[in-house]
Amino acid sequence: MKLTINGEVQVFAPLPHLAALVAHLGLDSRKVAIERNLEIVPRSAYEQTPVADGDQIEIVHFIGGG
Amino acid sequence: MEDTRTGAQDAQDTWTVAGRTFTSRLIVGTGKYKDYATNAAAAEAAGAEIVTVAIRRVNLSDPSQPMLVDHVKPDRFTFLPNTAGCFTGEDAVRTLRLAREAGGWNLVKLEVLSNTKHLLPDMEETLRALKLLIADGFEVMVYCSDDPVYAQKLEEAGAAAIMPLGAPIGSGRGIQNMLNLALIIEQAKVPVLVDAGVGTASDAAVAMELGCDAVLMNTAIAEARDPILMASAMRHAVIAGRQAYLAGRMPKRMYADPSSPLSGLI
Repeated sequence: MKLTINGEVQVFAPLPHLAALVAHLGLDSRKVAIERNLEIVPRSAYEQTPVADGDQIEIVHFIGGG
Repeated sequence: MEDTRTGAQDAQDTWTVAGRTFTSRLIVGTGKYKDYATNAAAAEAAGAEIVTVAIRRVNLSDPSQPMLVDHVKPDRFTFLPNTAGCFTGEDAVRTLRLAREAGGWNLVKLEVLSNTKHLLPDMEETLRALKLLIADGFEVMVYCSDDPVYAQKLEEAGAAAIMPLGAPIGSGRGIQNMLNLALIIEQAKVPVLVDAGVGTASDAAVAMELGCDAVLMNTAIAEARDPILMASAMRHAVIAGRQAYLAGRMPKRMYADPSSPLSGLI
């Protein structure tokens, strides 16, 4: 399936849920926040949130800023 | 009797924003440092309790890159997420909703800028964004121009703190309009913080002597030759300016007034 993650299209084998995507990308779910199709997904809901072909995903974190 | 010479008084002299009470009156940014370790050391040297942070996309091509939270730790500092790079109210709301999910709290810094040349706030859009954020449950500290009229509007709309600029972001020009800042400080019933424009320690002292509640800075520390030493200088300057404000300065006079008595001269 194709997902657009942070503006880039990537192709994945089917994934059961958002938690699996986060793990697949090598990210620590405690340090990120995620939007799926412009809606924020609470961290507690990653395992209940499906990822489907065509989804727009944004994954952000805190960085240095003023 | 507290011994004010040792700084023991500092523990008593707190300020409160959105129900959270702080002792340090120096908030530092976390941008522009050569690495996060220097950043963390500078924040410690500044004695900061609050640090500003930005929200950006994760680098997916290299998830092993150093992360801010591994160095400047959220259990040590209160993170104040900003909306840097946002030019509309909707952008700001989207960014801070993500920050709230990433950090789990609702105290935020709103900045809606107008253009990338001078980075001055777009006050009309800032006010609109503030109302959107308050409706969404945020406690909002608002970066703004040094305009007392707009500062009043922000306060009336429910801002948790008013944060007028001393000079443009990253310019290091020092406090450009002391009169306006004094007017803003005098009228405000919420904390006033001078945010942006500080270049060196005396600028921070001037801001505090005007009676503002705290100072927020980034570049003045990050771009100093020795950021950690400058952070320490800023810490002392903010304390000095605050104590001078509390002490109440002597009146300015046109002519000299001798310090040694003129009577009893031989």
